Amino acid sequence: MEQPITNPSVAGGQAGPRLKVVGVGGAGLHAVEHLSRNRADAASLAVVHTDARLLGQSPIEDRLLLGSHLTRGMKAGDPDVGRAIAEGEAERIGEFCAGLDLVLILSGLGGNTGSGVAPVLARVARESGALVLAIVTLPFEFEGRRRTVQAQAALRLLRTAADAVIVLPNQKVAGLIEENASLTEALGKANELLADGVRGLCRLVTHEGLIKADFSDVCEAVRGRHAESCLAAAEAAGEGRVRAVVQRLLESPFLEGGAALAGADALLVSIAGGPGLSLKEIHQLMDQINRLCEKAQVIMGAEVDPALEDRLLVTLVGARRVEPDGTADQPGEVDERIDEAASALVSEFPTGAEEPGRRPPAGSTAPRSPRFAPPPPNLNEEETRRLLDHQRRKSGRRRGRSNNADQGLLNLEVISKGRFDRSEPTRHRGEDLDTPTYIRRGIVLN
Amino acid sequence: MFSRSHHVIVGLEIGTSKVCAVVGRLSAEGVLNVVGVGQHRSRGVRKGEIVDLETASEDIRKALVEAENMANLEVRSVFLGVTGAHICGFNNRGRHHIPPTYREITEEDVQDVIKNARAVNLPADHHVVHLIRQHFIVDGQPEVVNPVRMEARQMELDVHVVHGITSRLQNPIKAVKGLQIEVEDIVFNGVASSLAVLGNQEKELGALVIDLGSGVTEYVVYAEGIIKHTGVLAVGGDHVTNDLAYGLKVPMGRAEALKIEHGGALLTPDVRGRAVRLGSETGASDRTLNIEHLRRIMSLRLEETLEIIAEDLDRAGLLDYLRAGVVLCGGGSRVPEIDRLTERIFGLPVSIGRTRTVSGLAAALDQPEFATAIGLVRFGSYQLGRPARARGLTARLAEKLGSMLQRS
Repeated sequence: MEQPITNPSVAGGQAGPRLKVVGVGGAGLHAVEHLSRNRADAASLAVVHTDARLLGQSPIEDRLLLGSHLTRGMKAGDPDVGRAIAEGEAERIGEFCAGLDLVLILSGLGGNTGSGVAPVLARVARESGALVLAIVTLPFEFEGRRRTVQAQAALRLLRTAADAVIVLPNQKVAGLIEENASLTEALGKANELLADGVRGLCRLVTHEGLIKADFSDVCEAVRGRHAESCLAAAEAAGEGRVRAVVQRLLESPFLEGGAALAGADALLVSIAGGPGLSLKEIHQLMDQINRLCEKAQVIMGAEVDPALEDRLLVTLVGARRVEPDGTADQPGEVDERIDEAASALVSEFPTGAEEPGRRPPAGSTAPRSPRFAPPPPNLNEEETRRLLDHQRRKSGRRRGRSNNADQGLLNLEVISKGRFDRSEPTRHRGEDLDTPTYIRRGIVLN
Repeated sequence: MFSRSHHVIVGLEIGTSKVCAVVGRLSAEGVLNVVGVGQHRSRGVRKGEIVDLETASEDIRKALVEAENMANLEVRSVFLGVTGAHICGFNNRGRHHIPPTYREITEEDVQDVIKNARAVNLPADHHVVHLIRQHFIVDGQPEVVNPVRMEARQMELDVHVVHGITSRLQNPIKAVKGLQIEVEDIVFNGVASSLAVLGNQEKELGALVIDLGSGVTEYVVYAEGIIKHTGVLAVGGDHVTNDLAYGLKVPMGRAEALKIEHGGALLTPDVRGRAVRLGSETGASDRTLNIEHLRRIMSLRLEETLEIIAEDLDRAGLLDYLRAGVVLCGGGSRVPEIDRLTERIFGLPVSIGRTRTVSGLAAALDQPEFATAIGLVRFGSYQLGRPARARGLTARLAEKLGSMLQRS
């Protein structure tokens, strides 16, 4: 099958930004199908896969089959193969993304096509001038260590390639689903959460709002490389819908009960409601959201859509900039350095021509580009913590209320909560009060 | 054995560190006397809520037996204190129009406006623990205490609503009922403590009561004689102990002992560089322990807890109303220097709560830990003091419990 199955990409709203939602790999395919069932208007949907059969079954018309000459229409057997295929067909991917303003990549990392193709697609799309937002899921823990490792590797690549990555670990969904739910239900739920978020995002970008939050605001919130983001959408109707919608948002596994919000630097809130949407409701809602994320720069948009009747729909996109000096990096990820990832981004596999800009693989002694941070010192957990504490103290941050929302340490490691390990956590403005105060405030006892 | 002129009222607090039962006797003249106190170490409670029903029931039984023995009577029913992070309070206003033109307000109108104020927009699984009347507003005239027989077109009522999650309120009730003891009413612990430690004058002037328990910290604001604000923070003395155990790397039991022996709310100059030797119980080598670290960990935690409360009151705009200052009770008020720390944070005079409104066993009344249980008795005496409503109360309670059980 030499001829690619592509349709000319359909541009979104004529005046608005051209947007394409691309599902990559098996999970991406399902997510996009899920979206197409509940058609997110004006966003054109597309799918990319290496499996001709799956692609053929998909109801989405805008498709791109990769690597047909290599895999003969079968799945890629390995993420590296997937990546090699994509690198080899970078040109075709470039055509696929040409003329777009925003590319939304939906993918499940951990598999072969998704992990391999998504980072390349992101890079190529970005090179062709589009803003790339990747929304990816990480595998469930039960899927095994290999897939987790593959997913982590792919995520590193994706982070360097895309403008923003929203990571939705499936394992967090597991906490939301009843224990005896079937696998189909669990995966369905994960897809549903993903689709909800994407739908909210598309609505935000394409609809004309009363208080306008638009495409440029999304860029503003997520632009800046290596930003970490979170995404949640919720809907409620009837009396007390503001209270219900906030509660549902906080129940979203991806916000970690509001902890993710407290750490966010920028937050985009999109509110959509029927004609009955009142100022008081918006006020109440924003009041509650603002209280959850004091540190963040909040961008808010509201729109009235008669089709929503008395439903209230809220979408949150939060982003946290990872500090360039790496102190905000999680110690578990200290080894996942950007430089390593970036140098590995260029495939080491035969993709045809040797690219001139190719960087040596990680671990080589060749000089690195100064843009990248030095490799982390090889420390054990205790030493890392001490070092980070020390740095924090040196940077002059004093204990005080202004420091409350600034809680890098919370995410840094799992601190045993001792007696309160199993009790309901006491949260106050995103902080877990069960963790000793002196640890949260970064005070060193010596 | 007992003369009919006496009412026996029992307050039961199922706390995180102890279960405490106080028996009071209300004479015909309206004098409340504490005649029995029973307490037992509590093992089945975390953060003010029962996590082990069996153990908690056993502890409750022991505390009640002790109180029964001291008071020499049998406990049949209790006023039960409830708390937990799920409980919260807010102010609400109910309206009632008097059709068609103005006329005298009747008792029924008052009941109607109370009903309207009760119709708050709560999630279905929440239950109103208290509906506390604040003031009536009659045709725009604020601060009316009793509107009956006034002439008006419209009447409004401000109430303070304390509510919690029904299923979680039900657990302590279940534990008590399992011992074949009736629950007369449930009372939010913070409200109970404030009844015990505040006199009328302080309520009128405006005061903040902070009950520093071991599982949770409750606070109640009185101003102009009424409850303006209530809150719970699921942080308490247990957190201090846990912080110490983690920071000093000692077991919980040892941390608790260290807290009691060397603890303090402020990092005073005299502890700088001080150390104690830790005797080894397990045969491990001796360690020295820096008291300065202990104090620092402890004062940070207590400071944070009080700051969160101060912040909450600041947001509610109530800090300027507290002319009588802050009253501390609960076990946490025994921490040395806690009054100075509180004074620093709130900028208000601080006192340790003493029960003044009840007479009886001086040993029990003097201890701030008993404030909640004594307050529960006080609450009970107010309920019984209104014989006309007593019947209604029982019926209401039966209905409430019935609906709770049905929902489960």
